[in-house]
Amino acid sequence: MSPGRFLRSTTARLALTYLALFGVSVMVLLGFLYWSTAGFMSRQTDATIDAEITGLAEQYGQFGTVGLVRAIKRRAADARASRGLYLVTGPAGIAPIAGNLSQWPEEAPDAEGRLTFTLEYASELGNAGGGEVNLGRARVFALAGGLRLLVGRDIRERLEIAARIRQSLAWGMAITVALAALGGIVISRSMLRRIEAINQTSRDIMAGSLSQRVPVGGSGDEFDRLAENLNRMLDRIEALLAGMKEISDNVAHDLRGPLARLRTRLESALMDDGDAATYRHAIKATITEADGLLTTFNALLGIAQAEAGTPRERFTDVDAATLLADIAELYGPVAEQRGLDFHVDASGNGMVRGDRDLLFQALANLTDNAIKFSPANGIVRLDLQRADDRIRFIVSDDGPGIPEQARADVRLRFVRLDQSRTTPGSGLGLSLVDAVAGLHDGRLVLDDNAPGLRAILELPC
Amino acid sequence: MRALIIEDDAEAAGYVAKGLGEAGFVVDVVTDGRDGLVRAMAEDYDIAVIDRMLPGLDGLSIVDALRRAGNQTPVLFLTAMGAVEDRVAGLRGGADDYLVKPFAFSELHARIEALLRRRTGGDATVTTLTVGDLEMDLLARAVTRAGRALDLQPREFKLLEVLMRNAGHVVTRTMLLEQVWDYNFDPQTNVIDVHISRLRRKIDHGFDVALLHTVRGAGYSLRVPR
Repeated sequence: MSPGRFLRSTTARLALTYLALFGVSVMVLLGFLYWSTAGFMSRQTDATIDAEITGLAEQYGQFGTVGLVRAIKRRAADARASRGLYLVTGPAGIAPIAGNLSQWPEEAPDAEGRLTFTLEYASELGNAGGGEVNLGRARVFALAGGLRLLVGRDIRERLEIAARIRQSLAWGMAITVALAALGGIVISRSMLRRIEAINQTSRDIMAGSLSQRVPVGGSGDEFDRLAENLNRMLDRIEALLAGMKEISDNVAHDLRGPLARLRTRLESALMDDGDAATYRHAIKATITEADGLLTTFNALLGIAQAEAGTPRERFTDVDAATLLADIAELYGPVAEQRGLDFHVDASGNGMVRGDRDLLFQALANLTDNAIKFSPANGIVRLDLQRADDRIRFIVSDDGPGIPEQARADVRLRFVRLDQSRTTPGSGLGLSLVDAVAGLHDGRLVLDDNAPGLRAILELPC
Repeated sequence: MRALIIEDDAEAAGYVAKGLGEAGFVVDVVTDGRDGLVRAMAEDYDIAVIDRMLPGLDGLSIVDALRRAGNQTPVLFLTAMGAVEDRVAGLRGGADDYLVKPFAFSELHARIEALLRRRTGGDATVTTLTVGDLEMDLLARAVTRAGRALDLQPREFKLLEVLMRNAGHVVTRTMLLEQVWDYNFDPQTNVIDVHISRLRRKIDHGFDVALLHTVRGAGYSLRVPR
């Protein structure tokens, strides 16, 4: 991957943003750390100096200059351990009176009399650190009689510690930034790799290999969930495409027959030198054939519409009992004409949210089937059951039923059982019921009625 | 009777025009939507048959423009097969009836006749219907033939009412399904025929003259035979 593309990638940008935020936070944190350690040491030094000055001021107050000088001398003698700096001098140019500094510092003190200066010890004994340049922190006073007093501390060690702290903090900062940058790159690379995998799969699919699936890492993270969802979507698309292929195959197969018959009939009518009556007969037969084809097309369109999902705005509250009663009322006479025992039990009730016409069509198809396949003197039952939040329309007959292994197939378009080949029908009836059930978030259950078929249209209510 | 056909498919339009011409209509055919609207506005037609999809201006817009202009010419809307939304939109848009293409001419003819009757009939105030010696009292919901009371189920009553309102004319099976059962669906089998034959048993059985006739390839007609 080119650096430019890497920088353009969202993950790299996120990593950089993260790095910047993290870097600033660490910098602030370390700054505070430095302030609170080095600063504390510095304030501590000033406080010690102030305490010492208070002591010396007492000496001065009690014993005057002599007492002060005595105290300075005593303290200067112990200065090696205490890191103290003392100096009492007369006016400028005169040798020091007492203390462990060789000369008065050249640096100018601030308003409070404090100063930081390069110091020079009066003797080698005073040099505690042995380094080239020592720094001192001190406070100076002008005393009566042109005397000047300096009380301070050697801060070389303290500065060294502070420098070491600064160094550590700088290293810490550098390591943090390096690690954050490295982490950002690693994370973004791995994210990009997974996105790239999804991209690759998409390209493969676009190139025609629909069986490809996005690799799933197995950690169950967001990327895995994305991959799983994409894969599920692909499964669904593949299934739909397979279904469509099967449908178009079936349509081609089942429509070619009637069309071929239609054509043959017209052609043979044309070849015969028949009279008007012969032609009329041929034309009538052709129209009947064409009507059959149109019915099939209409049924196919109906299924396609139900499957595509008619707009839910068209859904209304449909009274289940009324629907069943209307079906019974419409098909009762048909059953009676066929000499069937027709029972209707609409004791259950409830409202179904749905497309009234499609639901009616679905029930009509089931009832029509039941009547069609029942033997003479058979029994057809229409029942309505309510269980919790489900409404079940049950259409049962005592006909040949559907063998268990064929119950899934008969929902497919144009699938007809061999035993029903002689009965009129398009092989689309149950497909439509299945599609309507799906549209209403319900299902079509085909059960054994022992003997016969129990078709259950189960809908939420 | 004057009919206007607005249909861009010349063959289909010719077929409808020929049929309506034979049925005694004076027919004008327009293939463009905009021209069709102008024609419908300018002249006084008894019926307009308008296709949904048209060049220039679509059928829905034509119906809408006509109704907005206060033109109440009955409109029969033609929609493509399976386009449920078109059907609903057409009726809501002011069309009086719709027919799904392709259709049998007999179906179109029957529907046009029914529309014309609906326009001139003014059924709303009628309380009794009479065909020969068959009488229907809409208020008492009672039917008699030659003075003899007939016992009809509610649906049979409704079925007979539709047939009597269209007495002398063909009523198709789909018209009956829509008007009597009020469901828009494809019955696939001969359910209507079974109901008709039951009704026929009740109103014609035992009488010399049959009133309920089957019109082959079209539907049913209730009339006194000539």
